[in-house]
Amino acid sequence: MSFTFRHLLDAEALSRDEITFLLDQSGAFQGIQKQPLKKLATLRGKSAVLAFFETSTRTRISFGTAAARLGADTMNLQAESSSTQKGESLIDTVRTLEAMRPDVIVIRHAASGAPHFVAERLGIPVVNAGDGLHEHPTQGLLDALTIRDRLGRLDDLNVAIVGDIRHSRVARSNIHVLTKFGCRVTLCGPAMWLPPEMAGIAPNVRIEPCLDRALDGAQVVMVLRVQTERLQEPALPVDEYIRLYQMTPERLRRARPEALLMHPGPMIRGLEIDPAVADSPQSCVLEQVTNGVAVRMAVLYLLTSGAGSHAADIQAG
Amino acid sequence: MESQVLLIHGGRVVDPSRGFDGPADVLIEGGRIVRVGPHLTASMAERFDATGLIVAPGFIDLHCHLREPGNEPAETIESGAQAAARGGFTAVCCMPNTQPVNDNASVTRFILDRAAAGAIVRVWPIGAASKGSKGEGLSEIAAMKDAGIVAVTDDGKPIASAKLLRNVMEYARSLDLPVIEHSEDASLFAGGVMREGPTSVRLGLRGIPAAAESICVARDVQIAAMTGARLHVAHMSARESLEQVRWAKQRGLPVTCEVTPHHFTLIDEDVTYDSRFKMNPPLASRQDREALLEGLVDGSVDVIATDHAPHTQASKEVEFDRAPFGITGFETAIGLTLEALLHSGRAKLSRIVELFTSAPARVLGTQRALAEGETADVTIFSTDHPWTFHAAESASKSRNTPFDGRKFRGGPMATIVAGKIVWRRKS
Repeated sequence: MSFTFRHLLDAEALSRDEITFLLDQSGAFQGIQKQPLKKLATLRGKSAVLAFFETSTRTRISFGTAAARLGADTMNLQAESSSTQKGESLIDTVRTLEAMRPDVIVIRHAASGAPHFVAERLGIPVVNAGDGLHEHPTQGLLDALTIRDRLGRLDDLNVAIVGDIRHSRVARSNIHVLTKFGCRVTLCGPAMWLPPEMAGIAPNVRIEPCLDRALDGAQVVMVLRVQTERLQEPALPVDEYIRLYQMTPERLRRARPEALLMHPGPMIRGLEIDPAVADSPQSCVLEQVTNGVAVRMAVLYLLTSGAGSHAADIQAG
Repeated sequence: MESQVLLIHGGRVVDPSRGFDGPADVLIEGGRIVRVGPHLTASMAERFDATGLIVAPGFIDLHCHLREPGNEPAETIESGAQAAARGGFTAVCCMPNTQPVNDNASVTRFILDRAAAGAIVRVWPIGAASKGSKGEGLSEIAAMKDAGIVAVTDDGKPIASAKLLRNVMEYARSLDLPVIEHSEDASLFAGGVMREGPTSVRLGLRGIPAAAESICVARDVQIAAMTGARLHVAHMSARESLEQVRWAKQRGLPVTCEVTPHHFTLIDEDVTYDSRFKMNPPLASRQDREALLEGLVDGSVDVIATDHAPHTQASKEVEFDRAPFGITGFETAIGLTLEALLHSGRAKLSRIVELFTSAPARVLGTQRALAEGETADVTIFSTDHPWTFHAAESASKSRNTPFDGRKFRGGPMATIVAGKIVWRRKS
């Protein structure tokens, strides 16, 4: 098996075999995280542009760390300092960055499809680090890696995703990754954030506005971040959200005893999640962060080394 | 002046205004049709061999944006008219959302002066219903009518409030002008970029529900009923909107509507992150497309209009969210219509011609016929000539079309305005 994509734009386009291959590759890089010396020379001389047109701390640092551990240089562009504020178009901005001859561009953008738009027009690989309401494919992959590590498999699991489904790119990427392994995904949240059409974006997806029913029998529970700015759009009182959807120890007991509790971060304790849940043994929030670096190392490596099919031979550590 | 006399011979004349469909020659002299009949002869005449072609009254486009004044890099009255002629249109109605807005007689006169100086087809301006199309006070509608407008609208957005719409309709009725409505509820529209549905949810693009259009059409027909004004619903996309129009028609109200070729050709499932698929109203559902096609055949849809909306490459080649709404439409309209209505077997040729000629004329309170004494505006088209549309070769200054590279069976062959052949197909 090899990874034949030039870009990583969305999880929807990945096959089950490609996901497995990516996760296996990530596994090799996980080992490095445990070494005292974490830096490889694999991508020495290569450079990655991290073009973040939307504020991000975690994902940007995760990609930056991944690039650094592979020995690649990074060039950073952040929205607040970028020329887009001066009226330059996205295409002109990325063409300027491309002219500095990087080997890959990682892009985070508030507009869905912006990485696809860029990928069609540039000659270098593009990695989607989150586009609008659409996808966040490396998040989907790092979540899958975390589940596979903890439970020993990805196949045929009951997964509940709770929160603002409508506006969540994390939910979309997870749905596309997990359903390819036969997982049954239940989406739960306040009705206005739970479009019925979401049940149609992949097989075995269902909508369940009642949290207790959504958690029933779940083996994986993903709690999404509640963006407080969303609460203001059609005003949903915060207390209402907490009353119906906050993940508490009592509610989590509806799920299987061994169920994993995941959160893409940043987490707001006391809003979408009770601190006791966030810190419980079921929680894998910090493993997700660690695995994020490994997955992003694998993605950057596979897209820039030009050796997709030989990647499996690379020794980690 | 070139040849004063033009004989179009060998063609099949289709004139729905008088129910005529059959072989006939057309003799034009001094810009007027002097005879329509079999085997006409004329010495010293320029001859147009229309063998195998359809000869129809001049096509009218009720809805286009020519961008002048204000956005000449996207289109000018001259370039837009060139594109219209290539599309088989002999007259086009241009929307008032220019810069400045066509909300007073001096802008109307400017448009008509520019058209007289450089447009090869007729340009009929539509005036803004409210000052600056801002939805506050009425514009100078009577003065614009004297200057030459044929309708009023705040196109690009709906007439802002029910109260204002009532005033516009009452006033327009007294002036015998139709009110054209871009029906859209702003609060439901709410920053959407494509039709809400399975595809918008999958792509993560903000959705515009069908009801954003249909509840406004419901408002509009109610106020039309209240005022007795002529209401024409622009670029209708949703089947629920069509139900509202049918309701009005059943009550005998003077309510008409139009659909665009892209709305009866493409659907939301065709949308990608390519902004050439971004227009307003957005591409609708498969069921909507079917309903619009049925409406075109059964008469509940009155008119096909292009909503030709040119945009520069720089403005359109951006993130989908940021791109302006709209696509060009003149040159592909007939080809798309023949494909969807004629070759599919849904409609007869006379109905198709009606949708582009006598029907839009009726909306404007006039007539369109290919008969003795009429102005010699004639559209000649083929129902089977194979050709390919290349956006790069378009006469429009803009290239924003999802139909680049599309192969057609049949399309415009020649456009005649006031007896003069202003365009004819070369290959």
